[in-house]
Amino acid sequence: MSELQLVQILSPEGELLTDPEYPLDISTEEIRALYRDLVMVRRFDVEATALQRQGELGLWAQSLGQEAAQVGSGRALIPGDYAFPTYREHGVAWAKGVPPEKLLGMYRGINHGGWNPHDNDFHLYTLVIGAQTLHATGYAMGIQRDKSNNAVIAYFGDGATSQGDVNEAFTYASVYHAPVVFFCQNNQWAISQPIESQTKVALYKRAAGFGFPGVRVDGNDVLAVLAVTRAALARARAGEGPTLIEAFTYRMGAHTTSDDPSRYRLAQELDEWKLKDPIARVKSYLTRSSLANEEFFAGIEKEAEAMASKLRSDIVDAEDPYVEAIFDHVYAEPHPILDAEKSAYINYLESFTEGEKK
Amino acid sequence: MITLGKAINMGLRRALTEDPKVLVMGEDVGKLGGVFRVTENLQSEFGEDRIIDTPLAESGILGTAIGLALRGYRPVCEIQFDGFVYPAFDQITSQLAKMHARSLGTLKLPVVVRIPYGGGIGAVEHHSESNETYFAHTAGLRVVTCSNPNDAYWMMQQAIQSDDPVIFFEPKRRYWDKAEVNEEAPSLGLHETRTVQEGSDLTLISYGPTVRTAIEVAAVCSKEGRSVEVMDLRTLSPLDLAPVFESAQKTGRVVILHEAPTFLGLGAEIASQITEECFYSLDAPVLRVGGFNVPYPPARLEEHYLPDLDRTLDAIDRAFAF
Repeated sequence: MSELQLVQILSPEGELLTDPEYPLDISTEEIRALYRDLVMVRRFDVEATALQRQGELGLWAQSLGQEAAQVGSGRALIPGDYAFPTYREHGVAWAKGVPPEKLLGMYRGINHGGWNPHDNDFHLYTLVIGAQTLHATGYAMGIQRDKSNNAVIAYFGDGATSQGDVNEAFTYASVYHAPVVFFCQNNQWAISQPIESQTKVALYKRAAGFGFPGVRVDGNDVLAVLAVTRAALARARAGEGPTLIEAFTYRMGAHTTSDDPSRYRLAQELDEWKLKDPIARVKSYLTRSSLANEEFFAGIEKEAEAMASKLRSDIVDAEDPYVEAIFDHVYAEPHPILDAEKSAYINYLESFTEGEKK
Repeated sequence: MITLGKAINMGLRRALTEDPKVLVMGEDVGKLGGVFRVTENLQSEFGEDRIIDTPLAESGILGTAIGLALRGYRPVCEIQFDGFVYPAFDQITSQLAKMHARSLGTLKLPVVVRIPYGGGIGAVEHHSESNETYFAHTAGLRVVTCSNPNDAYWMMQQAIQSDDPVIFFEPKRRYWDKAEVNEEAPSLGLHETRTVQEGSDLTLISYGPTVRTAIEVAAVCSKEGRSVEVMDLRTLSPLDLAPVFESAQKTGRVVILHEAPTFLGLGAEIASQITEECFYSLDAPVLRVGGFNVPYPPARLEEHYLPDLDRTLDAIDRAFAF
């Protein structure tokens, strides 16, 4: 795939490059902030994985290895830009300011999505593969009608590109020039299936068939992802329509904690990708350019440990939902049949309590 | 006198006029005015941004409607024919229906899905189905159907005003039925069953396209000395069965008539509930008349499939034989 485009600004060795098409105006302070984001997001993911292993979560979908793709694109968004995630966009949620413990609710079985999407312009996680790309496109059509200056970003994976909904979203966004950025994290694996089983062409090239630009970026390069996503968002805001970004990255963990990648891929592949780690290259750049010292790195490690510790206590102490929650919120407006079912069940439960009292 | 199709058009126009957030979207709904002309002239009046001709992809219609609703719009989606709704099934049942619940009540999805349904127009395959049960079986959706122009006019507006998703089934073979429409005020709420005509010997329950059949059945029965009470359910989810129970307790005999296959159809649910609520009042088991449990047949056989006057009279005879 060497002939294929790959936008890169920070090499795996931590060398700062320039791409004339994607100039990046960024301060040292901003790069240091991105480094902090990456470390915090990885620490969050490590803690959540540990919580699952200890039985505190029923399942966890790791973002390990995809931090740069998520943080870089998430930090390209401005207030009012709406993000539609899959179930793995913990780094985008972090960038959007969603309280980390909220992301664990559905994995603990407390709820199906425990945050108010409008608080942070970050939609609920969507588990049906690709369905959210249409929601994102529709939301962008709403932005168009409101004549607002915002844009939308739709996240999905390489496997999702095989779904009808994603292809329909491309079509709708294209014909309506909807201000939406399609952000595909190609992490090379859809559970056990390698990218070759989903496509015969590089994913970013698919966009050409729908009539909008596609670009492939080093998904482990937070600076390149930031630059490319900013450019795509600017294009959307200017009324020029959608862009497909293929963030070329790697799922360093399992699909979820229920998965066992050793059954279908070689450990050697993971070792190769470890050399392209999204965090190591930023640290390397900051260190060799003397833009950060040990004190800076230690400070962030300490902050990450505190965040992980709070996450742990928040989720372990989280209250289980009340029984009525099964019935509440199914409908926005009154529903007599559901009300009757609910009160009958509550009465049934109370009949046991009354029995105990006697 | 206004046709049912025109009454829906008037209801849409009024909703579009009263609320700038209301949108109409679907295949051929704009310039053409819909294959049944239900959305005729709306695009010239409200513009292409509000009356949206969509690409030919049903999941796309529903999925983008959900996004528009999240942005504060109230989309009214048209599925061109009943049999074409399945590509959108995930977006309706897994996304639209569940989003309010999974957001713990923070997201409202005021989306209306219009589906012309049922047979009797000599159509080709996939154009004559009665698939309302799939949606009535799905928590989070509301499902309604109209049987006459006045209900069509008002129920469309009420559906659009609902903050919940509403699947609005339109009886396509009744699009050309004419009746008066009272534009002053609705006679019933969206989720209320109507007693179309009173009777004392048997309750005949129906909805949508077969309500007219039920009225014709009652007229024949009347000549035979049998007084039939005719009920139009109007709301399929939630069901409004209190008036049905009252009627069953009065008459002691119930027949349910619908076009959909009887197996696991709405008639089965209603029969079960009547049995639970009215057991000691019944003089006969609740009987059902409906479509057979087969794929909708070719047009030249549809008269055998569609429950008609004679098959309903036969069921009524059986109810009286107990």
